[in-house]
Formats: sequence, C-alpha cells, structure tokens
Amino acid sequence: MRAAEQTARRTLHEFLAHQAEKPSLRFVTCGSVDDGKSTLMGRLLYEAGALLEDQARAVERDSRRYGTAGDNVDYALLFDGLDAERQQGITIDVAYRYFSTDRRRFTVIDTPGHEQFTRNMVTGASNADAAVVLVDARKGILPQTRRHAHIVSLLGVRHVVLAVNKMDQVEYDQQRFEAIVAEFRPFAAKIGLDAFTAIPLSALRGENVVRRSPAMPWYRGPALLEWLEAVPDTRADDEAFRMWVQWVSRPNQDFRGLAGTIAHGTVRPGDRVRILPSGKTSAVARIVTLEGDVESATAGDAITLTLRDDIDASRGEAVVADQDPPEQADQFHVSLVWMSEEPLLPGRGYLVKIGSRTVVGQVTDIRHRVDVNDLSHLAAKRLELNEIGVVNLSLDRPVPFEAYAKSKIFGGFILIDRLSNATVGCGMIDYALRRSANIQWQHIEVDRQARASLMHQKSCVLWFTGLSGSGKSTLANLIEKRLHAAGNHTYLVDGDNVRHGLNKDLGFTPEDRVENVRRVGELARLMADAGLIVLVSLISPFRNERQTVRERLDTGEFIEVFVDTPLAECERRDPKGLYRKARAGKLANFTGIDSPYEAPLDPELVLRTMDAPPEKLVDRVLEELRRRQIIAS
Amino acid sequence: MSAQAVVANAVRLEHLRQLEVESIHIFREVAAEFRRLVMLYSIGKDSSVMLRLAQKAFFPGRLPFPLLHIDTTWKFREMIEFRDRRAREDGFELLVHTNPDGLAQGINPFDHGSSYTDVMKTQALKQALDKHGFDAAFGEARRDEEKSRAKERVFSFRTRTHQWDPRRQRPELWSLYNTRVNAGESIRVFPLSNWTELDVWLYIYLENIPVVPLYFARERPTVERDGALFMLDDGRFRLKQGERARQRKIRFRTLGCYPLTAGILSDAETLPEIVCETMASSSSERQGRVIDHDQAASMERKKQEGYF
Repeated sequence: MRAAEQTARRTLHEFLAHQAEKPSLRFVTCGSVDDGKSTLMGRLLYEAGALLEDQARAVERDSRRYGTAGDNVDYALLFDGLDAERQQGITIDVAYRYFSTDRRRFTVIDTPGHEQFTRNMVTGASNADAAVVLVDARKGILPQTRRHAHIVSLLGVRHVVLAVNKMDQVEYDQQRFEAIVAEFRPFAAKIGLDAFTAIPLSALRGENVVRRSPAMPWYRGPALLEWLEAVPDTRADDEAFRMWVQWVSRPNQDFRGLAGTIAHGTVRPGDRVRILPSGKTSAVARIVTLEGDVESATAGDAITLTLRDDIDASRGEAVVADQDPPEQADQFHVSLVWMSEEPLLPGRGYLVKIGSRTVVGQVTDIRHRVDVNDLSHLAAKRLELNEIGVVNLSLDRPVPFEAYAKSKIFGGFILIDRLSNATVGCGMIDYALRRSANIQWQHIEVDRQARASLMHQKSCVLWFTGLSGSGKSTLANLIEKRLHAAGNHTYLVDGDNVRHGLNKDLGFTPEDRVENVRRVGELARLMADAGLIVLVSLISPFRNERQTVRERLDTGEFIEVFVDTPLAECERRDPKGLYRKARAGKLANFTGIDSPYEAPLDPELVLRTMDAPPEKLVDRVLEELRRRQIIAS
Repeated sequence: MSAQAVVANAVRLEHLRQLEVESIHIFREVAAEFRRLVMLYSIGKDSSVMLRLAQKAFFPGRLPFPLLHIDTTWKFREMIEFRDRRAREDGFELLVHTNPDGLAQGINPFDHGSSYTDVMKTQALKQALDKHGFDAAFGEARRDEEKSRAKERVFSFRTRTHQWDPRRQRPELWSLYNTRVNAGESIRVFPLSNWTELDVWLYIYLENIPVVPLYFARERPTVERDGALFMLDDGRFRLKQGERARQRKIRFRTLGCYPLTAGILSDAETLPEIVCETMASSSSERQGRVIDHDQAASMERKKQEGYF
C-alpha cells in the first residue's frame, strides 16, 4: 500500500470513529427580518470551515453587487439563492445548508422572516430537531419572534435557543440581554417551550458563535456551535412498534413483503403484529434487507417485512404491535396551519394525507383562530393564508393515529386541494373526538335498489347547476312533470326553497355556500337512498363541492347537468330582479357579479338554453335517463 | 474479504444511515404513486449512489423503473464502458437517448457554446421524457451543489413544457410528499437532496460502490485552457494555436462531456485519498463545470427552462 493511501486511511478512520454514533442535527433558524439570520449562518459556516474558498469569493463578489451590509461581506447572499431574492434583498424560500464539525454533521434550514412566508417557516420547522430563534438586541422581542417561536413549539421542536444577536450594537450590555430573556420567558412557558437556552452573541463579529467571547465575560453558557454540538439525540426505541406500509413488494409468487420505514419501536421475527385498519393479525416471519435478513430493526430503519400468514395488507395501512396498537378514529381535534391563498372553508372536501394513507376529509367546525402574538382565541368562519386554527376534522374513513405530541409520523398530516392538487395546509392531531367512537353505522336490510325496484326505476340525482336566471328551475320543473306523468317517483329540491327552511341560517358568503351545497347534497343522497329520482336545482358555484356530492353517491348515480346560459342573457332575463340589485351594489356575493361561478369541466349533460327551446332540452335529459336505464324506455 | 470491506462492517455512520433511509423512503413513495417512472442515469458518482439506494429500496424485487442516459456523444469513453458494464452486471433496464436533430446538425461543444447544452442535454432530455410519457423522473441533484438548488424541493413540479417555477413550489412537511399532479404535468424527484459531496464519497467508500475510474488520479493526456485542465479523451478535441497536449496526473470531481469538464491535479489514486481530499478541499465541486459560470443565476435560469 502506498504511503499516501495509508495516511489517508488512518485520517479517515479517525474521522469516522468520531462521527459514527452521532446522528445529523437538523436545525431551523428563524426570527424577524433583519435580525441577522443569514449573517449568523454565514458566520457559522465560515468559522466552522464549511465555507469553501470559491463560495467565499463568490459571496464577496456578490456583496459588492447586491450587498446590503456596506463594506462588510453580506453573508445573506450565501443563502438567498434565487434571483428574485437577491434583487429584493429578502429570503423567500427555505434554504438547506450542510456542514460538519469534528463532532457532528449539521443541516441548517434557513427560513424566511417575512410574515407572508410563514408557510415556509412551518415547512422548515416540521423537519427540525432544534431551533435557533434570533432577536435583535436593540429591538427586543417582536411579533415575528413570537410567531416563529409559536410555530416552532407547535411543530414539536423541543430544543430551542433564543439567540440575542447584535450585542455589539448595545455595548455587550448584560442588563439588556437579561431584560430580553425575561420578556421572552413567560411567553415561552405559555407556548409550551418549558426549557430554552438564551445566548448573547454578535453574528457580524463572531462573538459567542463558535467560541465564547471575551467581550461578554458575564456570560457563562455555551457558544452557539457548542450548544448545537451537544443537543441530545432524543429518539426512543422503547415504544410500541408502528410502521406505515409504503410499498408492497411482490417480486414473485412466493414473496410478499411489506416495505416501509419504522416510525416507532423495534420489531423482531416472531413478533405478533396487527394490520390497521383491517385488524388482521399475524407474526413477522423475516426482516429483509439488501445486506441480508436481520434479527431486529428499530425506529428510523427502512425495511421490508414478511408475515407468517398470507394476509392482505396494502399501502396506506399500518403494521403495529398486536399487543399495543394505536387508536383508530375518523373525527379529530386538530391544530391547522393554512398555507394557501384560497381560504380554508369548513365543509369543503380536501384530500388528507397521513403517513402513506390518503383519505377525503373536511373541517366541520373552526373552534377558533389563534392570534400568534398574544395567543388569544379569535372566532373565525374561515382560515386565510398563514393563519393557525384549532378545528374539528372529519374523515371519510378511519385512520390509525397518535397525538402529534407523541408521534409526528402518526399525528401529522397535510391537506391537498382536490382540483388544483396544491398542498394547502398542514395539521397536527391533538386527540380524537369521542363522538367518532360512539357513532356506529346502523346496518339496514332494505337497500336503495330494493326500494327503487319497487317503483320500477333506478334512483339517481339530477344536479342542475348554472348561473342565477339560467333556467335551472324551469327545466327541472318540466322534467319532473314529464317523469311524474310517466309514473316515476320523483322529488325536486329547489335552491331557493331550501333556504326558507333547512338552510334558513345560511347566507351567501363562500363558507355559507359550501355548507348550503353540502346540506342539499346530503338531502339529495337520503332521497336517492329512498329510491327516488331526485332533481336538484341549485347554483352550486364551486366545482369542489359538486365533486364532493358526486363522491358521496354511487358511481353513475350523480348526473351533473350544466345549464349553460351566458351571463349577459341571464342578466337580461333577470326573472327575480336580482342582477339589477347586485349591479346597484345592493346585493353582495352575487354569483357571476362579485362571486365566482366555476363551470363544470366534464358534466354528464350540457343544456344550452340559447340554442334550443326548453322542450328539446327536456327530451334530451329524458333520453339520457332512458339510456342509463334509470327509467324504462 | 478486502481490508475495505472490514472497515465497512465495523463502522456505520449514523448520519449516513439517516440519509439512506430518507432516500429509500422517497424512492418507495414515488414508485407507489406514479405510473411511468424513470431514473436519470448520468454514470457519475451520484448516480452510482442513487442506483445502490434504489436497489436497497426495492430488494428483493428488481427496480420498478428503467434508467435513462442522455448521451450527448461527447461523454468520456470510460463512462460509456462503465455504463454498459453496470447495466450488464446489475441487470437493470437501460434506455439511451441522443437528440437526433442535434446530431444531424453536428451540434458540438466547440462551435455551439451554451446552445450545445440546450440542444444536446435539455432538449434531448425533454424529447426522451415525452417519447416515453414518463410522469416522474429521479434525478441526482443535491442541494449542496449550488445556491438555487439549495432551495429546490425534493419533489420538483414541472409544467407540460417541463418548466420549473420557483415561486410555486409545494411546501414539504415532515416526510409527507404530495404526489398529485395535474394531467400533462410531471415531477422530478431528487432522492439525494440532503447529501453532500463528502457524504456521497463516504457512502461509496463504506458501501464499496463501483465508480468510473476517471475519479481516481492517473497520468492522462491533457491540455490547459483558460486556467482549466481538459482531458484529450479522443481525437475530436480541437487544440488552438499554441496549445500543447501534456501528460498530467489528474482526476475528475464531476463527470460530464469531456470537452466541458475540467479535471484537477491530484495524487489521490484510491478511495480513502479521495475522501480525505474532499474533506480538505477548498473549492466546491461545481467549479469544474463550465456551464455554471455563463451568467449570474445561470443555474436557476437553466432549470426554469427544463434543465435538470
């Protein structure tokens, strides 16, 4: 072996021996704009020797071009990698940086300070083991400091540093430092940050960043990097075994493996396990990895399990310890962070992804919105971008879960908009609502087919959607008359009429419209269940809610009829005089004027009232019903 | 058992295990939720690590997707040899695509500057993705490579025309990835997002992963141009007046098209030496790539246009 190789091997082994046991520490940096986050991180990287020469040169060059730090190197430019960020001098998105010291490998998650980017802050905090909350010693605790500390706590980060920066600007004044810490302490206690470490430092001058500073002899605690190197590894393996099935491995007929990453606990061949929600039980046969079968695997390992019995388990289910399974529920008390420009509307259906399981869910009630500055509870009918609320969440199927405080993997979820597919929010389960466990589905022996066949028809819901004045009610009326005359059993639900009774309490705001459609949808579903041909005449302006009604019914049972009349024509007809009122500003939230109408993308029928007389359109609908064998031909 | 294998068994780096698990989780998540998958295979060290991680994710099954190599026809010869040997020995399905229009027009790195990258890499990649209708493609990008990459998500959404909008990235919380795409849209997935160059080399060392010999220092025919050392891999490299071929002991930190990939003077002939050199290194690896220096924020712009 060459001498160079021998030396390298020795150096490498020393390095590896130091590093072997330490997991990487992921920490998030947060605080208000201009508190010096990026400068602190730049300094940390520079001092830890993690800033490479060409990167340092690039930062110096960029500082002259875009810099906001006068003659000093503007370390913020190291993180603000997007063009728009450098030009505006602000951080928009989360940036990830990596560095290693002799003792540990770090991931720095640098998050934006501006309020409008709170969702990115949440994203950063969700994956952090520790948090560095920055404060400008001159300004003290700001609203954004509180907001970020609150988010950090909400997301379950338990190791927190309050880094009081720019101490050089206040002459390293101990009293100033202590006053800020004293102001923060009661707030921290309120948000559940029982223990935090306060460090006075100057990022610009590198005081107490890597080494303890002689400028602040009164401070006896660790420098920031020392503290980061010492954050304990808090993963526990003494919990009950839990793993989401992520992928079912079936390379041949003899092998059926359940692949996933262990969330909690330890598993060994022979252990009894249960599959949830199905409830089937078996025992672990093998734990398979590329390196060979292993005798045990623990939280944080990615494995493939085989079971002794040939039972069916699929993606979206969980494998758990048979003796100590988690609860299952479909209604929860949760904390929610809203991340979309489109507000959260109670009653609207969203996809909910928890672990590898995706279900449909809706917020049934916003209990309150949280004011992150003073933590007070505010009443709310909707949640806007970056708002945090405590809500009731209802799912269409049960899921195995844990409280988020106990398990991020079985207690954290995201909400996805079903039409745009955007991630619109995230949430943390606090607990299951008891009603969920107590309401059982009563099995009824006579079903809808039985009821409908007695009437010599198939039940369905003909859903007429369109602008006010488009002709929905006129057409629905004519169709019902024809069906009735032919001996069919029908019921017509009219949007205006239900507002006199069932929906008397609802107005015309988006959240009330969502609830209006939900109730009418449920009503139509019950009537279809009774075997009826249900006709619904309702503006129902949002695609999302019409989609929800469709999904609540059996396949083929929901027939969306788009009554397509141009706005100008509806306005000309104006049978109820509503357009005139809306144009005069006397009627707010009027569909087509100051409230949107989302036309169906793929309706079963489109009726263009400008192109054909009503009788022709009625014939088309009846023809469609015959074609679908809903009524006899 | 070789000396290196003994070391591999003795030491298991906890932080590498974390990275490995995270990457495997990503592979499985995508494989479970997408229909038409592909892994972009660049033959380099990162691809080698990515391939090993994918094999771990789906063992004992085979990879549930093919590998795709965009061949510009200007890759180092040793890369192509290595690629074909790996496909043979590891038994994965390999797709190779070259932009036929670019080839017909004789687009080359000497005469066509940065339009070469566009035609032979970006356009070629789009062609291949469209041809097979892939809706998800694994790429080897790491966030430590470059500033705008530091901001890229693990799941990167591309429009119908393969473009990236940095302002419309989806938040990624915990290890929950939103895998829903609209019709015609696709995603690029980066399982190595959180790996650094050092992590990659440590993993290659500890896991005994084969890599292209070009990473190891050896005497090679080179020419110095604008302060960078290029290898004369075949007769197509055009020497300018006054330039002379010279044997130098060099190695490569990244691999690509040989006329665009500069090597560094080095004595590191073995893996341990490379790892030590990486630890001590004072410049980041992308420095050797010509395309990044074209213009300010060049990488971000290339990505918006669909470059990987």
